[in-house]
Amino acid sequence: MRYVDEYRGADKARALAARIAGLCAPGRSYTFMEVCGGHTHTIYKHGIEDHLPENVTLVHGPGCPVCVIPMGRVDDALHLARQPDTIMTSFGDMMRVPGGSRSFLDAKAEGADIRMVYSPLDALRIARQNRDKRVVFMAIGFETTAPSTAVTVQRAAAEKLDNFSVFCNHVTIIPAVKAILDSPDLRLDGFLGPGHVSTVIGCHPYRFIAAEYGKPLVVAGFEPLDILQSIHLLLRQLAEGRCTVENQYARVVPWDGNPKALRALSDVMELRPSFEWRGLGTIPYSALRIREAYAAHDAERVFDVPGVRVADPTSCQCGEVLKGVLKPWQCKVFGTACTPETPIGTCMVSSEGACAAYYNFGRFTRTAVREATRT
Amino acid sequence: MTTEREEQVLRRIDRARRRKARVRDERITLAHGAGGKATHTLIEAVFLEAFDNPLLAPLEDQAVCPAGGARLAFTTDSYVVSPLFFPGGDIGDLAVNGTVNDLAMCGARPLYLSAGFILEEGFPVADLTRVAGSMARAAEAAGVRIVTGDTKVVERGKADGVYVNTAGVGVVEHHFTLGAGRARPGDAVLVSGPVGDHGTTVMLARGELGIESDLTSDTAPLAAPVAALLAACGDGVRCLRDATRGGVATVLNEIARASDVAVVLGESAVPVRDEVRGAAELLGIDPLYIACEGRMVVVVDGACAESALAALRSQPSGERASVVGRVVAEPASLVLVKTEFGGTRILDVLIGDPLPRIC
Amino acid sequence: MCLGIPGEVVELVADQPDLARVSVGGVRRAVNIALLEGEGVAPGDWILIHVGFALSRIDEAEARAAMEFLEGIGQAYEDEMDALRESTTEGPGAG
Repeated sequence: MRYVDEYRGADKARALAARIAGLCAPGRSYTFMEVCGGHTHTIYKHGIEDHLPENVTLVHGPGCPVCVIPMGRVDDALHLARQPDTIMTSFGDMMRVPGGSRSFLDAKAEGADIRMVYSPLDALRIARQNRDKRVVFMAIGFETTAPSTAVTVQRAAAEKLDNFSVFCNHVTIIPAVKAILDSPDLRLDGFLGPGHVSTVIGCHPYRFIAAEYGKPLVVAGFEPLDILQSIHLLLRQLAEGRCTVENQYARVVPWDGNPKALRALSDVMELRPSFEWRGLGTIPYSALRIREAYAAHDAERVFDVPGVRVADPTSCQCGEVLKGVLKPWQCKVFGTACTPETPIGTCMVSSEGACAAYYNFGRFTRTAVREATRT
Repeated sequence: MTTEREEQVLRRIDRARRRKARVRDERITLAHGAGGKATHTLIEAVFLEAFDNPLLAPLEDQAVCPAGGARLAFTTDSYVVSPLFFPGGDIGDLAVNGTVNDLAMCGARPLYLSAGFILEEGFPVADLTRVAGSMARAAEAAGVRIVTGDTKVVERGKADGVYVNTAGVGVVEHHFTLGAGRARPGDAVLVSGPVGDHGTTVMLARGELGIESDLTSDTAPLAAPVAALLAACGDGVRCLRDATRGGVATVLNEIARASDVAVVLGESAVPVRDEVRGAAELLGIDPLYIACEGRMVVVVDGACAESALAALRSQPSGERASVVGRVVAEPASLVLVKTEFGGTRILDVLIGDPLPRIC
Repeated sequence: MCLGIPGEVVELVADQPDLARVSVGGVRRAVNIALLEGEGVAPGDWILIHVGFALSRIDEAEARAAMEFLEGIGQAYEDEMDALRESTTEGPGAG
């Protein structure tokens, strides 16, 4: 597959790894955060850490949109799904994410009509085919996904499909990164920027990270060589004493983003004054809601949403784990109240979250795994 | 280097993992049927708990039972695939091949099948005739006879067209025992052909994802390739598993656990068709977890790897059979993937159905 | 966070200006190209697909430049390794 296979070669990886090792100052350790859950997935899937020297550590950031949805919002969505003559539609990602007590899969088993879709346009098609039912789309995702929801809402309005509404849980990446940057005990040396968010918002919004917080950021692609090359670019900035925003993923990300997508977004959605993030707490202006002009397609206006609040247990220390301050096993509830079967915080929800990964495989050191696979 | 506190936490996790399986869910969800962790928990906590006996306990795809001096292989399986007809086959092909394959995986020669039909009121007779025709052809191809059966009709809405159950018996004509617990360090791991064709074909045939392809199901009987393997390698064959629900990843995890060994898989050695890869990339699914209905994972003594490969490749549509990995001692009960990129990852057991994802 | 996959535009859908048929590894899907309006998307172009929408057109020149860089350091690395192998087999310290 073009634009995929050529970015997965082991030879180029070894060459980059040698460059990376050469850029590391002796005795210094480097900690970089990959903001995006997609990067976490790539790092895990391809075993990228095997190409990194011991003193380079990657910390998994807050960019997994399902993991950061607070339990109360999941419960609200389940409440909508249980309304009479209602079809709830959702991406597959959301199906297993637990709310206060239940997930979409559980609610489906209990009789709610919940359907998995690949695209918000598929939800719109279901609304077109079921005019006697109210069809709700559970919208999740960062700025990458939000424009698709916006275009779908515009289409619903144009077609006067008044049985279609969106339960909007779109979040924005910059405030979450800023919340991490504002942490007094931050120990990061730089960021891998979220490539696909950047196709929409471009590279300008990250400039304050370099300018005001003194941390370099490289917008990175999603193939394993993209990530290694981005780490190489970060280390080069540090070695040369530079601090700026670079774009490793220029084949996909224009410096100015996608103006058409941004226009659709601002036509349909506006910032919420505040939104709760699982594990990170309430962050002002960090999420989107549907504008008044599209009220007919806003599930929060069409339905009576209970606004369930399920407080994250105060003992959950996801925020600290996300910031790289604590290791998973140092969290007070890790492995007791919080397990992959009964996750409390965002780091345990996704199987690639730092805590879930540590729970499943923490007893195997990387050295043991590497030894076993040596030919 | 682990600190004492970290050691404590790790020990606590290990204790929790060893605790008896318990179903936490109040109701059955689709995950309980997906062949992953949820299915295993359900089987162990409900069925093994109720029926436990030495023939059932290994939880293989079939039981090998002593019967009048012979060794009888016995298995059953139910088929609820939707859609009923898909490119490359239908529910009838699956119902015969699936049960034939469950028998073949212990090295048995499949002989006789039963066929039970649960029909929904209103189901077209023409469709039923088509399914029965497929079953007859599949049985003939696999060298088995359908010798008994049952028919029930339920009210409209109580079933989805037709469900088929088949049970099968066969004879084990060799003296050794194949099983997931027999893998040893030094063994080689093979697959009998490209993986993920069936699961991808059916997923796309449902039409909900709007993806078109020219893929066809891989449904096929495996009795002949198994016979060829046994002829070539004898008791050098350790274990055979058809990679159905949960795919190759799940089968390898079962073997690693049952044998208390590690399996090291070479990612680029696993044959996957371009279209399966394309659909998998698009949907964010790993082909190693996608079901096959005519492919098996084979573990043989390392010394037999080449003859096993030759035996598999000599079979019709066996040309892409491959050696994909090897068995090592440590870290026990784990499946590791040596990635094309030159890294490693742990290949975990599937939690539930592989769901298309967007992030 | 966001799965985006490159695909090749196979054809534009005649009566629906927002839709293109796109191939990924040989499987095909209709993809909404409204967010690339005005960019003159044509068959043979590669686009980035996310949840059924094209978010960006892949810039082949940028891709080529980046790949040349990667190939360059790959070659430099091979040369260094070759030089290293030669020096260790021929040098006095070998064996």
